Amino acid sequence: MPVLKQSVSALGSLILTLFGLSVLTFFIGRVMPTDPVLAAVGDNAPQAVVERVRTEMGLDQPLYVQFGHYLNQLLHGDLGRSILTSNPVLSDIARFFPATMELATAAIIIAALIGIPLGVWAAVRQHSWIDQTIRVICLAGHSLPVFVLALLSLLLFYAVLGIAPGPGRQDIIWQDMVPQVTGFLTVDSLLAGEYDAFWDALAHMAQPVLILAYFSMAYITRMTRTFMLNALSGEFVITARAKGLSSRRVIWRHAFPTVAVQLVTVLALTYAGLLEGAVVTENVFSWPGLGQYLTTSLMNADMNPVVGATLLVGAVYVLLNQLADLLYRLWDPRVK
Amino acid sequence: MLVEIENLRVAFRSRSETVEAVRGVSFCVGKEKFAIVGESGSGKSLTARSLMQLLPGQAEVSADVLRFDGIDLRGASESVMRTLRGKRVGFILQDPKYSLNPVMTIGQQIAEAWREHKGGSRKAAMLAAIGLLEQVKIHDAAAVAKRYPHEVSGGMGQRVMIAMMLAPDPELLIADEPTSALDATVQAEILKLIDELVSARGMGLILISHDLPLVSHFCDRVAVMYAGRIVELLNAGELHQARHPYTQGLLACLPSLRHPRARLPVLQRDAAWRGEETQ
Amino acid sequence: MTFFSRSWLLADSPGNRRQAVWGRRYRLWLTLRSNPLAVAGLVVILLMLMLALFAPLLSGFEPGAQHLENRLAAPSALHWLGTDELGRDVWTRIIYGGRTTLGMVIAVVLLTAPLGLLIGCIAGYCGGVIDKALMRITDIFLAFPRLILALAFVAALKPGVESAILAIALTAWPPYARLARAETLQFRHSDFIAASRITGASPLRIILRHIMPLCVPSLIVRVTLDMSSIIITAASLGFLGMGAQPPSPEWGTMIATARRFLFSEWWVPLMPCLAIFLTSLAFNFLGDGLRDVLDPKER
Repeated sequence: MPVLKQSVSALGSLILTLFGLSVLTFFIGRVMPTDPVLAAVGDNAPQAVVERVRTEMGLDQPLYVQFGHYLNQLLHGDLGRSILTSNPVLSDIARFFPATMELATAAIIIAALIGIPLGVWAAVRQHSWIDQTIRVICLAGHSLPVFVLALLSLLLFYAVLGIAPGPGRQDIIWQDMVPQVTGFLTVDSLLAGEYDAFWDALAHMAQPVLILAYFSMAYITRMTRTFMLNALSGEFVITARAKGLSSRRVIWRHAFPTVAVQLVTVLALTYAGLLEGAVVTENVFSWPGLGQYLTTSLMNADMNPVVGATLLVGAVYVLLNQLADLLYRLWDPRVK
Repeated sequence: MLVEIENLRVAFRSRSETVEAVRGVSFCVGKEKFAIVGESGSGKSLTARSLMQLLPGQAEVSADVLRFDGIDLRGASESVMRTLRGKRVGFILQDPKYSLNPVMTIGQQIAEAWREHKGGSRKAAMLAAIGLLEQVKIHDAAAVAKRYPHEVSGGMGQRVMIAMMLAPDPELLIADEPTSALDATVQAEILKLIDELVSARGMGLILISHDLPLVSHFCDRVAVMYAGRIVELLNAGELHQARHPYTQGLLACLPSLRHPRARLPVLQRDAAWRGEETQ
Repeated sequence: MTFFSRSWLLADSPGNRRQAVWGRRYRLWLTLRSNPLAVAGLVVILLMLMLALFAPLLSGFEPGAQHLENRLAAPSALHWLGTDELGRDVWTRIIYGGRTTLGMVIAVVLLTAPLGLLIGCIAGYCGGVIDKALMRITDIFLAFPRLILALAFVAALKPGVESAILAIALTAWPPYARLARAETLQFRHSDFIAASRITGASPLRIILRHIMPLCVPSLIVRVTLDMSSIIITAASLGFLGMGAQPPSPEWGTMIATARRFLFSEWWVPLMPCLAIFLTSLAFNFLGDGLRDVLDPKER
């Protein structure tokens, strides 16, 4: 059964890649720092603590033994402990990740809903002023750091126009007032029937989501345009036109379906990129998500959360890619 | 007269120069089988495509007369063209590997052509599609209808193409090198099929090919094109009476079983042919 | 006899190899020149380079000279872009910051492009286990978003310009390796490579002398386009305090330290933003133009 064989080899490949990720993060966390102990406890820790942690971390043992321990810990879900929060890193991540996912998910939905039609439009009207305008907008998205746009947005909408709410996910009055079900504040507040909380959460989300959406849109639109230009030059498009079909039908029922499946891979890549954009955006908007966790730990040289969060993001990306690959295989009749 | 063309010109303009690929072509086609024969680059495909306005964007088309059934096609709008395409004029492309939609099933593609011009439910259209597949002599039509284009052979793909273009019952069929991408054994079969269907339905046919002897068997009249112009226009039965040196050269270099020769003559091109007036 | 005249360069039948090579280069240049955006990008980049190189000549101020009595001054004839929170001239800091930023970018490219090229060509040419192993390693690096991996690397080393360069370099090489490998795979089985092998050339020689030069055009395009991404990553590192450290006038760092004045003396954080945007945009325009010239099928 070729499908089974394919799945097994894909799974093997996945495991190998995840293993490689753990090697890399081990390298970053234990091997690279000039003194991993100091990196873990900070420069100002008393000598006794340093010695204790050194033995605890097993740094007196050979590297491969250390890696074995690391891998063992990983498989048990132990990502170490954060100095700042003094919680296990895994539980910290579980607490902060949903906030980032909420941003990323909303952003990618908006980016796809706007970006894909724009890309199709640019391809259909190649060389026209519409095409040029769209390309310039996308190019600007590639030329700006996320934090610059975030700062500008803050300046414009918060300081100058005064229509945006303050920092954070919600106004203080709503803090801890909505029972946690999914970790997505918008969903949770709807489930609890707290409509004011919902609007508040939405208002706070608006800026970071729109900024992240703009950046992902730049990539999505460009790839859609490239794919569609390719599809529109195919002979089967001439056939469709020769059949007397309307332009709309030719574009959306004939050309677009041939690229739809490639767009799934693009969206998977974009989602991972969003996690990267979230790091800086959360910093600017004081959003309590994974990015904020990462940068705060960074600034305090708290290595365990840094390594843990990096590993998580890498793993998510690899899994998303595999998923996209799987969808591609299932969906595209040419690959079957 | 179904098709009337006079002084058709097709030019491609780039930044540095303008190339005229079709340079003053004129002919008329009625309810007959008309062939346009020429080598690569002679402009035969472009001529056919300009009738249906299926040329690439950069092409510039001009003509004194460009009519289908009396309708002036010069500068006609998309909506006018859409009443003609498919419904009244069918267009068969060369290579079914590329000309059929790779992510739609065969049945769906034919049914779409049916439904677009005849309406009706999806089910009725699919049944009609299966019926059409049988008309083009495909065995086990119902099973083939569920397959994708890459799953069938070239010859079968071309039959699908024919079925798809005949679905709306057009009056004219334009076939742009329908057999060039097929094996030699299949070529004659496909041409025979086109011939039968066109005759049975009382349609006109414009057949474009580079294979002179092949089309002379199936068509009533032949136009020979060279470098964007028609250099000879005659009835298929009178080919041996061809007057233009290019046509004579083409006919002369065909190998013959009945009159074997030690050496095949080679066509000697004359630059003067490029400037020849059309007949 | 070299007359680098226009007619010599554009001759239809070049007399010797030199003429052919230069003729080709000239034609590519002409095509690039007809693209207004690409030319604009090139001009801006050259301008930035000039500003950075001749920084001491272009400003009377020292980038670190503090005049606390004149802090947060608005743009004026004396201080073209105003002063920052410690009274330092913003214009001076921006052009000196250009040195840091452009220096980082050039250092990264010099480190990563040859390395990525070599790895990709070796993987593509040798195939088999070597290819699989090298691509697995590349995939692992590619699994992390660039900024996050760079942050992790910098955190492990000490925050600073050198660590930032190293960290960005470690994240920047995989795409070049992938690109070089894809290009190599196209040429690997061609006849001229087989001919080289038959005449006894060693694999290393074939890779270095035949395959690598063929991959260079698309690599140049990719590197130019990547420059904007590297600038942005460097600035992001600076913004998060992980790159160049204050008082170093790196653009990202400048934005971070001036952030709290965003709502009042907005020009202080915004001027470095503009500098980043213009430089990045220029590289993108130039990269797009180069792609149209060197690799047109990629549009």
